[in-house]
Amino acid sequence: MTTTPTETPAERAADLQDERLVRTEGVRGAVLAFRQRVRGGDLGSLPVVIGLIVICAIFQILNPNFLSANNLVNLTLQCAAVGTISIGIVLVLLLGQIDLSVGSVSGLAAAILGVGLTQQNWPVAIAIIVALVVGAAIGYLYGLLFTRFGVPSFVITLAGLLAFLGLQLKILGPTGSINLPYDSWIVQFATSAFLPPWAAYALAFIAAAALFFGDVRRASRRRKAGLSTGALSVTLIKAILLLIVLVAAVAYLATDRGLGATFLLFVLLVIIMNFFLTRTRWGRSVFAVGGSVEAARRAGIKVNRIYITVFILCSSFAALGGLLASARLTSASLSSGGGDTNLNAIAAAVIGGTSLFGGRGSAYSALLGILVIQSISSGLTLLNLDSSIRYMITGAVLLLAVIIDSLSRRSRASHGQA
Amino acid sequence: MTMESAVAEPTSATREPVLSLRGVSKGFGAVRALTDIDLDIYPGEVVAIVGDNGAGKSTLVKILAGVHPQDSGTIKFDGQIVNIPTPTASRALGIATVFQDLALCDNLDVVSNLFLGREIVHGVALDEEEMEQRSWSLLRQLSAKIPSVRIAVASLSGGQRQTVAIARSLIGEPSVVILDEPTAALGVAQTAEVLNLVERLRERGLGVLLISHNMADVQAVADRVAVLRLGRNNGDFHVADVSYEEIISAITGATDNVVTRRASAHAVDAAADNAATTAAAEALAAPSAGAVSEPLPNNAIGIDDETEETR
Repeated sequence: MTTTPTETPAERAADLQDERLVRTEGVRGAVLAFRQRVRGGDLGSLPVVIGLIVICAIFQILNPNFLSANNLVNLTLQCAAVGTISIGIVLVLLLGQIDLSVGSVSGLAAAILGVGLTQQNWPVAIAIIVALVVGAAIGYLYGLLFTRFGVPSFVITLAGLLAFLGLQLKILGPTGSINLPYDSWIVQFATSAFLPPWAAYALAFIAAAALFFGDVRRASRRRKAGLSTGALSVTLIKAILLLIVLVAAVAYLATDRGLGATFLLFVLLVIIMNFFLTRTRWGRSVFAVGGSVEAARRAGIKVNRIYITVFILCSSFAALGGLLASARLTSASLSSGGGDTNLNAIAAAVIGGTSLFGGRGSAYSALLGILVIQSISSGLTLLNLDSSIRYMITGAVLLLAVIIDSLSRRSRASHGQA
Repeated sequence: MTMESAVAEPTSATREPVLSLRGVSKGFGAVRALTDIDLDIYPGEVVAIVGDNGAGKSTLVKILAGVHPQDSGTIKFDGQIVNIPTPTASRALGIATVFQDLALCDNLDVVSNLFLGREIVHGVALDEEEMEQRSWSLLRQLSAKIPSVRIAVASLSGGQRQTVAIARSLIGEPSVVILDEPTAALGVAQTAEVLNLVERLRERGLGVLLISHNMADVQAVADRVAVLRLGRNNGDFHVADVSYEEIISAITGATDNVVTRRASAHAVDAAADNAATTAAAEALAAPSAGAVSEPLPNNAIGIDDETEETR
């Protein structure tokens, strides 16, 4: 440390000693830094949050029922299944790959659940485990095909889309539709399990406290390491804002049925995946491979292992999403996982802000993206518009999201940050 | 991983080479890329390898980096004969190679790139604070001019990226650093930055193998120059005692025989007495390589095709 410039106070944090750094402090600094980031093309989840607000405002004006507690509760329940599938899509997109077969895999999982519960008389837990294991095995197969033969994931999963759709039909048999026993716990869980209000409020407080103490703990570790720390006021404001938003949401939903258990499961999965992506070696490797495969390989990362684990996770999330969807509809049929499931899951990840080009994104984009898609779908249903128009509008929104992704990429390039 | 401990005083007392190659050969099919190469690298010394295109520089780097094993000959590392079958083996020995394309992940920040594949963990979670602190102390030791380690590598300049790549190679505490064309794509100021960095590696007691086309850089930082020509050793000079033209002659093959080598040694002796070195070297080179012996711009190797033929 002999090279520290003489004019730099020794007590200044290690990461703030460069005189070229524009120093920003406190709440004003946080706001300034945020504005600078946005202008530099690092939009994060800003476009989708703004989009969500605009969508809600438009539909609320067109139909006052849109923001009713009843509709919002339905909306959260509709989000859970496809949202869960979308978490897996976020993972493969981070690697710069794609999985087009998530719809078929989710349908296959639904078929396994249906046949297992009704014709094989398996216990629910066994049926769920079998479906998830099949999902994981499909992902492992994709991973092997991709890493051994170098077939593009686009083609592998396109083949998987057809093959597993066929397997789904085969398993369902000639009837093509199986009703799940209504009293099995997975159906109960997906259709009528809601958190009691006190538990929901408790969760809101826990979430805000976790944010606050997580930040405080990190600040103290940074201070110990001689690094700069954010202002305590910013942390406090963030935590209080989160608390207000969550408590308000819980209170509003509680006027109807409350917070659905499946939606909570989905959000928990998003938070867990976010932790793995941002705070573990595995997550760091995923981003590295998505950014530059060659650099990751030279750094000693076992690239093939990363590809295989991500494909396994993606197919497993697809299977789990299929289970949730069929449990909510209490049936497994030919149409399980068909129709727009596939594209909604992919669109949600992209709309949420995960780049199609790999290496950029976050688990939260699954949550934000699916909220946008389901809001549009739910709003158009309330307006009595049929699915033809719904598809067209969802397609337009997807296109808009991809355009925003490409534009922000170009903006990063022109600001020297691509 | 205390970086301070590695900053030993420039080792001059210990004259054991840290890396020593004897009779190393490598062929690709019918092509003999390297023939009987001898090379020694001492701790605290910068050895430049120069040579024309196709002289075998990259092959030599790849052998040391574990990309291809050699066909014959021995490599000694710290006095022990070693095999380098894979890149991992090379790194484990303590040879860090910075390839020309740097291999950084543009979407990750400086800290993530420095510790990529060697992240420090605290339980299951990454220990970001520890990694950031170590990044700063490492970059400060190298006097690197990087304003923030939390910005994506994409937003750094070419010289800064080179600095990050070199700093990354030091995380594993190597004893030899191989730099492949570190200044090839850089501007004047950034080149100077990288050359400073090379000097700092030498001060830390590391052996540095510098592959370069740029004679100005070589003369600025290297202690010794090893010339390769058509896959063979073609001279090993102390930079202090050799002129630019002599190196060029060795590269192009203008002095490719015993007689000229002897004569050039004589010319060097004469230089101690009078300043006629350049003239002498030119006189030597002139019969065979007229084009080369002309005063050259100090940063380009003007190799004409005729030079090859006149050999």
